[in-house]
Amino acid sequence: MTFLFDLLASTFRNATPLVYGTTGETITERSGVLNLGIEGTMYAGAFAGFAVAWQTGDPLLGLLAAVVVGLLAGAVMALLTVTLGANQHVAGLGLTIALVGLSEFSNRLLLSGSQAPRITPMPLWDPLAGFGDIGHVAQQYGLTYVAFLLVVPAAWWLLDRTPIGLSIRAVGEDPEAADAAGIRVARVRYFALMLGSALMAVGGAFLTLAVLGTFTLDIIAGRGWVCVALVIFGRWRIGRGVLGALLFSFVYSLGLRLQIMDGWQGVPPEIMLALPYLAVIAALAISGRNVAYPGAYLKPYRRS
Amino acid sequence: MNRQALAGLQSPVGVAVVALITVLGVTGAAIVVAGADPLAAWYQFLVAPLTSQFRLLEVLVASTPLLLCGLSVAIAFRAGYWNIGAEGQLLLGAIAAGGLGQVLTDVPPILAVPVMIGGGALAGAAWAFVPALLRVRLGIDEVVTTLLLNPVALLFVKALVQGPWRDPMGITESPPIAASAHFPRLLEGSRLHLGFVLGIVGIVIAWYVLTRTATGLRVRAVGLAPGAARFAGIPVERTLLRVALVSGAIAGIAGVSEVAGLQYRLTAGLSPGYGYSGIVVAMLGGLTMPGVLLAGLLLGDLTIGSSIAERTLSVPSQMGEVIQGMLLLAMVAVLATRAWRSRRAAIDEPPPAGPSPADGSRASPTDRPGEPPPIAAEGVG
Amino acid sequence: MPDHPASPDPAASVPAAVALRDITKRFGDLVANDGVTFDVRPGEVHALLGENGAGKTTLMRILYGLTMPDRGTIEVRGRPVHIGSPRDAIAAGIGMVTQHFSLVAPMTVAENLALGRVSGARLDREGMRDAVRRVSVAAELPIDPDARIADLSVGQQQRVEVLKALSRDCRVLILDEPTAVLVPQEVDALFTTLRRLVAGGLGVVFISHKLGEVRAISDRVSVLRRGQLVGTAPGDTDERELARMMVGRPTFGVERPPLAGDAGRTVVLHVGAVVADGARGLPALRGIDLEVAAGEVVGVAGVSGNGQTELVEVLAGMRAPTEGRVTVAGRDVTGLGPAGMMAAGVGRIPEDRRASLVMDLPVSLNLILERIDDFRGAAGLDHRRIERHARELIERYQIRATPRDPVRTLSGGNIQKVLLARVLEHDPRVVVVAQPTRGLDVGASEYVRSTLIARARGGAGVLLVSEDLDELLAVADRLVVMYEGRIVGSMATADADVDRLGMLMAGRLRASQAGTAA
Repeated sequence: MTFLFDLLASTFRNATPLVYGTTGETITERSGVLNLGIEGTMYAGAFAGFAVAWQTGDPLLGLLAAVVVGLLAGAVMALLTVTLGANQHVAGLGLTIALVGLSEFSNRLLLSGSQAPRITPMPLWDPLAGFGDIGHVAQQYGLTYVAFLLVVPAAWWLLDRTPIGLSIRAVGEDPEAADAAGIRVARVRYFALMLGSALMAVGGAFLTLAVLGTFTLDIIAGRGWVCVALVIFGRWRIGRGVLGALLFSFVYSLGLRLQIMDGWQGVPPEIMLALPYLAVIAALAISGRNVAYPGAYLKPYRRS
Repeated sequence: MNRQALAGLQSPVGVAVVALITVLGVTGAAIVVAGADPLAAWYQFLVAPLTSQFRLLEVLVASTPLLLCGLSVAIAFRAGYWNIGAEGQLLLGAIAAGGLGQVLTDVPPILAVPVMIGGGALAGAAWAFVPALLRVRLGIDEVVTTLLLNPVALLFVKALVQGPWRDPMGITESPPIAASAHFPRLLEGSRLHLGFVLGIVGIVIAWYVLTRTATGLRVRAVGLAPGAARFAGIPVERTLLRVALVSGAIAGIAGVSEVAGLQYRLTAGLSPGYGYSGIVVAMLGGLTMPGVLLAGLLLGDLTIGSSIAERTLSVPSQMGEVIQGMLLLAMVAVLATRAWRSRRAAIDEPPPAGPSPADGSRASPTDRPGEPPPIAAEGVG
Repeated sequence: MPDHPASPDPAASVPAAVALRDITKRFGDLVANDGVTFDVRPGEVHALLGENGAGKTTLMRILYGLTMPDRGTIEVRGRPVHIGSPRDAIAAGIGMVTQHFSLVAPMTVAENLALGRVSGARLDREGMRDAVRRVSVAAELPIDPDARIADLSVGQQQRVEVLKALSRDCRVLILDEPTAVLVPQEVDALFTTLRRLVAGGLGVVFISHKLGEVRAISDRVSVLRRGQLVGTAPGDTDERELARMMVGRPTFGVERPPLAGDAGRTVVLHVGAVVADGARGLPALRGIDLEVAAGEVVGVAGVSGNGQTELVEVLAGMRAPTEGRVTVAGRDVTGLGPAGMMAAGVGRIPEDRRASLVMDLPVSLNLILERIDDFRGAAGLDHRRIERHARELIERYQIRATPRDPVRTLSGGNIQKVLLARVLEHDPRVVVVAQPTRGLDVGASEYVRSTLIARARGGAGVLLVSEDLDELLAVADRLVVMYEGRIVGSMATADADVDRLGMLMAGRLRASQAGTAA
C-alpha cells in the first residue's frame, strides 16, 4: 500500500510542471499560435526563479521573476509570430535556443564557483498529516495545489466561460471572422501568448524552487516538448491535457520506483526514464489521428 | 509615430536593420554584464578564429557536424517535412558508430570506414522512420514526435555508456573504437577529418539534386505546395517519407563523423545540440545549399570564437548558443516580412472566391490544417 | 408647393447614411478602385453592380475597415470618420455580410453574435441566448441560438450573419453577393426580409453581378467597371442598359460553331452511378450518370454545394468514389489517382487554380509539373528544353509572363492560361474544367471560353462545371443540372429555358416531371 500511495504522491508532484506547461500551451494554441518556445521558456523560468530566489533568499520573489520572464518570452514570441507573421515552428525553436543559451550563460556568470548553490526548497504542505499513508498523497508543494486547484479550473473557466476566452477561441478558429466581429485579433493573441508563457515559466520554476532547490543543466529535459504533445493528446481541452500529464507522470514515477525494486535492477534506469516519452508518442499514434486542429493553427493573420 | 514604427516593421530592410541591432544589443548587453568589452568580444568571436592556420582548421573541424546537420535539416525543410529530430538521429548514428567501432577490430580501414558510415546512416534513418511513418500514414505532427525522440536518444546513449558499454577506465564513455574504424585525417598535425569532406560532398550532391534533377523538382514542389504537387500527380507521401529517411541518414552520418573522426568513442556529451544548431544553419542559409555551406562555416567560426573569448575575456562560451538563437530569430523575422511583402505585391484579385481547395477523401493526412507558408523563397542556389 | 426642377429625386434631400468619396485602392499594378464615390441613404437599397473583379468587394471591404484605401474619405451621416478596422465600422453603424461568412464555424449562433461585444469576467450564456431571440423576433428571422454554425445550411448561416449585423444596431447593411449561395426560393425570402428592414429605415448596399436581382430589389444602381464608377441609375433601368454599363459592350462575344455531324457518337467520358463522400464524410454524390462525347461541351449547372466540386475531384483523381464506374475512352479509370487520370487522357482545370499550381515555382516548371520525367536529360532535368517549352506555350497561349516568373506574380487570367496550357498541351481526350473564368477580366474570360470550345471542336470532350449560367449557355452544347448530388435534368442548350433551369437547380423539378430523360 505504501508503494501505491507513494506512487500517487509522486505522480502528482511530477505532473505539476507538465500541468503548468500544458495549460499554458493550450491557451496559446487555442488562440492559433503554436509556441515551441515552451521548452526554453520553462528553462528560463527554472533558472530565473532559482537565481532570484538564491540572491534574495525569497522563493516568492523567485516565482515572480519566473512570471516576468514568462511574460517577456511570450511577448517576444508574439512580436515575431503575431506582429511580423513569422513561421511559428522556427520562431519557437529560435526562442528556445536563445532562452536556453541565455540561461546557461547567466548561470555561468552567476554561479562561477565549483559548488552549485542551493536554496531551501519551498515547504511541503501536509494537510492530511494525521491520516497515515493516504494523507501522504496530499503531502505536496504549494505550487502543486495551486496548479490543480487554482490554475486548471481557472484556465478552463477562462477559455470556456469568459468573454476573453470566447475571443481567444474565435481568433484561433477564424481570425477573419473574429476581426469582422470587432475583436482585436493581435491583442488577443498577445494576451494568450503572454499568459500561457507565464504559466510555462512557473512550471519550470517549480522544479528549481520546490523539487530540487537548485538549478542544473538540462533540467527541463524535453518536458516542454512533452507538453506540446499533451496538448494534441488533449485535443486542446484543458481537462484532457491534464489527464495526459497525469498519465505521463504516472509512467515516469512508476519507472523511478521500479528502478530501486528487486528484480528490476538489471534494466538500465535510462530506459525507464525514456518510457514515458515513448508512451506519449504511442498515445499520439493511437489518439492523435484526425484530430481537429484549431482552424487558424500556424496561420498568421493580416488584413489585406 | 506608432504608425511609422509599424511601417518600418513592414519593410524587409527595416526589419533586417532592427533585427541586427537587436542581436547586437542583446549579445552586447550580455557581454557587458560578463565584464568584457563588446567590440573586443566580437572580434574574438568572429575574427580571432581566422587569424592562424591552426585556428582556421579548428573552425573547419567545428563546422563539420554543423554542415552535416544543417544539410539534414535543410533537405527536410525544403520538402516541407519538419524534422526537428536531427539531434536524436545524430546520436543514433553515434551509437551505431560506437558499437561498430568496437567490433571492427580486424577489418582494414578501407572496409571499416564505409561500414561505419553506412551503419550510422541506417541508424539515423531508422530513428527518423517512425515519425515519418506516423506523419504520412496517420497525420501525426512530425514536429512533436521528432522532438520527443531527441531526449529518448540521449537517454539511450547514457544507458549504453553507463551500462553495457561502460569503459572500465572512464565514467561515462564507451571503450575506444578500433583504430581501423577511425576516419582518416586530412592534414598532418590537424584534427580535420573525413567528416568535413562528407559534409562538403553531401552539400554539393544535394545542391545538384535539388536544382538540377526531376527528383529535386518533386521535392521542391511538395515542400512549397503539397496540394498542387499531389494534383500534378507527384506522390507526396512517398516523397516525404524518402526525404525524411535521407535527412535522418545524413544526421546519422554526422554522429558517425563525431565518433570516428574526433572522439574515437561514444560519450554522453557527444553533441552540445548539433541537431538544433542544424536548424539554425539551415534557416540562416535560406534552405539553399550554398547558404548552408556559408552558415555552417559561420557557426563553426562562432563556436571556435566563443571558446577563444572564454579563454581570453572570460565571457562564458554559452554566448555562442545565445548568438545562434538570436540569429535564428532575426532571420525568421526578416523572412516573414519579405514573404509578406511579396505576397501582398502579388494580390491582383479580390479575396479568393469560392470554396477552398479540395480536401477530399483522397486528400491524405499530409494536408494538415494550417500548412504553414513556405519559409524560404525559391530561386536561390 | 414650390417646384424644384434641380432636384428631381426627392430622396436626395435626405443625408446619406454612409458616403464613400473618391476612394482609390491599388494592389500592386492593379487599380481595384479608382476614385469611386458611392453613398447609401436610409431606407433604400443601393445596388453595386459589376463583373467579377470590377472592384465591388474591395470598395465594401474598405467601408467595413477590412481593407485600407490609398486615398479617399468616408462619411457617416454627413460627418467624416476614420474607419481603420471592422470595430470602427461597427461603431459607425455599418454591418457587412461577406461572401464567405464571417462566422466561427465550431461555435454556436449565440456565441457568434456575442463575439467582440461581451466583456467582463463571465459569459452570460442565458443572456446571449436572449439577445439572439430578441433580434430574431424583431427581424422575423427565426433561428436556434444553440445551433452550431457548422451544422446550419448556407441559407441559415446567411440569416445568422444578417442577425449579427442587426444585433449591433447597424444602420447600413452591406450584402456581398448574398444570392450566390441561395436557391431562387431562398432569394425570394431574403428579398422579403430586406424590403421589411428597409421599410424600417435600414440602408442596404447590395453587391451583385446579376441584373435580374438588382432590378428586383434596388432603388438605385451604381455600376463599377474595372475599378471605376460608370454611373448611377434608378433601380428600374432597362436590363440591357445596365448590362451595357457593366460590360462596356455586348456580353459574351464567344462564337460557338455548330456541332459537327458525327459529334456525340464517340463517348470519351462515361460516369456511371458514381457515389462519393464529401469533405466532411457526408454523401456528396448520390449516383451520378453522365456521358461526354468527343467534340462536345457538356455544361454542369447547379447552385454551388450540390456536388459539383466533388464530381470534379473524382474526375481529377483527387477523390475516390465509393461506388460506380468512370471510364475514359472505354478504359476503366475508377479510383485512379491524379497520375492515373492524366495518363488516361484527362486534362484537369479545377476551380481553385491557385491551389493547383506551385505559386512559388516559375512558370516554366509549373508547365512541366504533370510530366516531369519527359524533360529528363542526360544528367538531370534538361533546363534548356524546359525553357524552350515554356516560351512556346507562353506565345501560343498569350500568357503575359516570362518563363522564369514565379506564378505568384501573375494575374488571375494569366495563371488560368498557364493551367490551360499545361493541360491542353498534351491533347487530352477529356477536359474537366470548373469555374474557369471566375475572377477573370472580360478579355481573359473570352479567351478561356473560346479556347475550350475550340478544343472540343478539335475532338476532345469537355465537361464544364460553372455557376455562371450565362457562361454555360454561351459555351456548352448540352446542359445537365446537379442538385443534391444527382443529375436532375438534361437538355440541349438550344432548347434550354432559363425558368426551367432555375426550377431544376432549385430542386423543384425532377427529370421525370420535366419530361426529359437524363
